[in-house]
Amino acid sequence: MAVLNQLFIGASMGAVLLLIALGLTFTFGQMGVINMAHGEFLLVGAYTAYLLQNVVLALPVAFAVAGALGLVLERLLIRRFYGRPLDTLLLTFGVSLILQQLARDIFGAPNVGVTAPAWLTGGIGGFPYSRIFILVLALACVAAISLYLTRMKQGRRMRAVMQNRQLAAVSGVATERVDQLTFLIGSGLAGVAGVALTLIGPVGPSLGTYYIVDAFLIVVAGGLGQLRGAVIAAFVLGVLNSFVEFWTDASLAKVVVFAVIVAFLQLRPQGLFVLRSRALT
Amino acid sequence: MTLVVEGLDVAYGRAQVLFGVDLQAPGGELTCVMGRNGVGKSTLLKAIMGVLPARAGTITFEGAEIGHLKTHERVRLGLGYVPQGHETFPQLTVAENLQVTLEAAPGGDRAALDEALDLFPALRGLLKRRAGFLSGGQQQQLAMARALVTRPRMLLLDEPTEGIQPSIIVEIEEAIARLHSEAGLAILLVEQYLDTALRLADRFVVLDAGEVVRAGPRAGLQDESLHALLSV
Repeated sequence: MAVLNQLFIGASMGAVLLLIALGLTFTFGQMGVINMAHGEFLLVGAYTAYLLQNVVLALPVAFAVAGALGLVLERLLIRRFYGRPLDTLLLTFGVSLILQQLARDIFGAPNVGVTAPAWLTGGIGGFPYSRIFILVLALACVAAISLYLTRMKQGRRMRAVMQNRQLAAVSGVATERVDQLTFLIGSGLAGVAGVALTLIGPVGPSLGTYYIVDAFLIVVAGGLGQLRGAVIAAFVLGVLNSFVEFWTDASLAKVVVFAVIVAFLQLRPQGLFVLRSRALT
Repeated sequence: MTLVVEGLDVAYGRAQVLFGVDLQAPGGELTCVMGRNGVGKSTLLKAIMGVLPARAGTITFEGAEIGHLKTHERVRLGLGYVPQGHETFPQLTVAENLQVTLEAAPGGDRAALDEALDLFPALRGLLKRRAGFLSGGQQQQLAMARALVTRPRMLLLDEPTEGIQPSIIVEIEEAIARLHSEAGLAILLVEQYLDTALRLADRFVVLDAGEVVRAGPRAGLQDESLHALLSV
């Protein structure tokens, strides 16, 4: 039973990480932007849920608010740094600090909480409803993104730009538009993840920093811009972390997980799946 | 004149590649851009498409100056471009490769897709395959079909037969000849080999070290002194 329980906790943690990593894998994979401020879109989503005190309503609102903020960030700053990944890292790190301070100024340094709706309290057989909800939410988001990428023309364009930006442009695709939309969707998904996090624990201004490193590890281990890779890496990381934490403690779990990923990337630097991309070369 | 380039300067950073290039490509004619490796032929096409920025000079397509337009806007005006090296979207299927282009183009419709596939019938059987798994020759046929579904009024081809197996070279050359003679498409063809140029070209331009050193109608290709400019 304990094993099943840890597996479940790990899977739901993996689901949250997956929601965070989904956006990153596309902005990093398609545009070569290392967006350190991605964690703060999480914060935007979490505080949206706090303000609304309604998780279900917060999901679409957080997607819209975080997405809009991502779009503004892309238009105002990031687009001036395309093709310079390391500069985007510095730039977005600065943005991340500013946003965190902004959150501290508006909502205060102490953690705040969101009251879970009555139908999400309790659980069956030791599995809390809230974590089941998170799992379902993440799977629904992956399914939606997967349909978007394969069935809709905007999604097809997104894959085309990711695989060969220059060829997409000479095929008549307005690549800047595609970049904007990708950023909007990626940031919006982080907002949704932020809402999900309020079901697991309290929300504070530095929430984003806890998750951004894990999310990047998932993106790199899964392979840039690879949906399948991100899904697998997220759940492996979540479950692994959960079990090691159960046997030892939280900090040792982090050490072990990082060590495993470092070892994996030594063997397979390109990640689980590879996209031959010219966007980053 | 379908395409007029005047005084074009292009540079990669501080290394200038094109120096005041002038070029005229009349409607309905096949203009061949020739020269050795590294003289700036591909750079010229990239600058016409806006893939590379021009430092100076003007590019006029069907009477309108297009030098300030973005690449995708130039495509929408009617320029089709097939880059060197049979490029595709490797993880998209052949059908998706064509569809992405079709959906982005104002002139694109099912009929344009059918016409492009009629020109390269071998692609019909490959529609569900991922482009990255095709042979080089098949990828090149896909690359040309992709450019054609936008219904361009001028096609820019960068060494379409380079590195392609001989059997498919014949098919590709036939397709170019058909596009030129039957569809009356204006074509700007970058080509290294004189015999190919002699078979296809109406006019030619020879580049050397980033400058136009010869230009004229097809007859001028017979000139012996041209060999020195083309041989390695």
